[in-house]
Amino acid sequence: MKLRKIIEFIIEKLIFLCGVASILFVILIFAFLLKEGISFFKEVSFGKFIGGRYWYPISEPPQFGILPLILGSLLVTLGAIIVSVPLSIAAAFYISEVAPIKMKDILKAGIEMLAAIPSVVLGFIGMVTLVPWIKKAFHLPTGLTAFSGSIMLGLMAMPTIISISEDAINAVPKSYKEGALALGATRWQAMYRVVIHAAMPGIIAATMLGIGRVIGETMAVMMITGNAAVIPHTFLQPVRTLTATIAAEMGETVHGSMHYYSLFAIGIILFVITFIINFTADIFLHRNRK
Amino acid sequence: MAKILTKNLNLWYGTFQALINVNMAVQEKRITAIIGPSGCGKSTLLRVFNRMNDLIEGVRTKGKVEIDNQNILEGDFSELVQLRKKVGMVFQRPNPFPLSIYENIIFGLKVHHLAKKEEFDRIVERALESVLLWDDLKDKLHSNALRLSLEQRQRLCIARAIAVAPDIVLMDEPCSALDPQSTARIEELMRELKKDYTIIIVTHNMQQAARVSDDTGFMLLGELVEFDNTDKIFTRPQDKRTEDYITGRYG
Repeated sequence: MKLRKIIEFIIEKLIFLCGVASILFVILIFAFLLKEGISFFKEVSFGKFIGGRYWYPISEPPQFGILPLILGSLLVTLGAIIVSVPLSIAAAFYISEVAPIKMKDILKAGIEMLAAIPSVVLGFIGMVTLVPWIKKAFHLPTGLTAFSGSIMLGLMAMPTIISISEDAINAVPKSYKEGALALGATRWQAMYRVVIHAAMPGIIAATMLGIGRVIGETMAVMMITGNAAVIPHTFLQPVRTLTATIAAEMGETVHGSMHYYSLFAIGIILFVITFIINFTADIFLHRNRK
Repeated sequence: MAKILTKNLNLWYGTFQALINVNMAVQEKRITAIIGPSGCGKSTLLRVFNRMNDLIEGVRTKGKVEIDNQNILEGDFSELVQLRKKVGMVFQRPNPFPLSIYENIIFGLKVHHLAKKEEFDRIVERALESVLLWDDLKDKLHSNALRLSLEQRQRLCIARAIAVAPDIVLMDEPCSALDPQSTARIEELMRELKKDYTIIIVTHNMQQAARVSDDTGFMLLGELVEFDNTDKIFTRPQDKRTEDYITGRYG
């Protein structure tokens, strides 16, 4: 009897540990980032870091302005949203409202496959197909542009956006659709006048999570956006993102140097951005559930 | 002359026959109740009149359903839309759209391009007045319809249905989600509305049928057992099964 109680106690605590582990890891990661990054801000002011127009971490004297990197990330992300959101929402509507059951299964499996493709493979495919095509189509000196990155990242965000939007659309009470049809609305009218309104919080959450995925993506972006740390003016210019900067430079920097700490500072910025995005998504998801 | 006429109407869900040789004549500007135990096919019959059964896969219909002498079962897509404009429907659970009160009422107008923008205000006012909501809601027309009480929601659904000026209003157990007081008020409203509309109500509440309807049909296992004046059905039923049901021997 006593043994049973002890086992019960141990298992309960173990499960509790597993439960809080994810939060613990997030806190630890943030603490580590903060610890490494904070010493950077003793040397360079926060405003100069965020607003500086030049990223020359190894020239003499070094310049640590990440404005071009932030703008690069934002530009690629913006492009990816423009590419993926309309497509994904339309696809989600097709899957949940229009497609016959067999088609639905095939499409869902396809979307899962798309999500499972490693980003380096997508980046590689983009490099050998999309990049030369863009170079030719727009008569550019190079096809490694923000636009190429946007298209590939859009593809990567699609599975997330589609599957969460589809859940949101499925969760819309059937009575809304019935009511609209009974008033003589066509299926299309029922969809865009009623169902989409009811599913909107979920669709916004899906979009936010898609954005989170895009902003954090590294490998594919590094391969196809050209990695030039200059402030971009159009989509057809090479850009460098926050993530690609960390990935590309971490291997070559001296441990403990200013350059090394600056990369952690970039990590903090990234962490804050994705945290805000996920948090917003969460708010919308909860609103949807009510 | 009959507003709605069904001739040898049969309906199957796959292999299950839900309606068996239904012959019925619904008169204009009267309230017709369809009663019967659960699963007898009364909702199915109601949904034939605006072809909501079309949404369910594997439904087959045979026979004729005429509304104003036109067989509604054969119409193509545009006729289906017209049919649903002519035959409005109110559901068991009030189902206002998650839009503003105003948007709910003009939904049908927008869908059918029935009126110009300038006329919307007037139509909204009239529709809400006819369901006695105008005084309560005139100051919050643009707030979300989901904030209303259940009874108000159901009234709003009725207003939404009559905003497109239908001939016929189908009501599928419109009071089953409401408390007795709200039910009494909705019934009062139905009596008001029958001056302008032909109303068919499905209910498993016999007292309700006795209170509001002019004609009553009793259904059992897909058959329309008896159809007559409500007074007659409830005082001198011709069929033994009707008598058993209304005296509460089953159902």
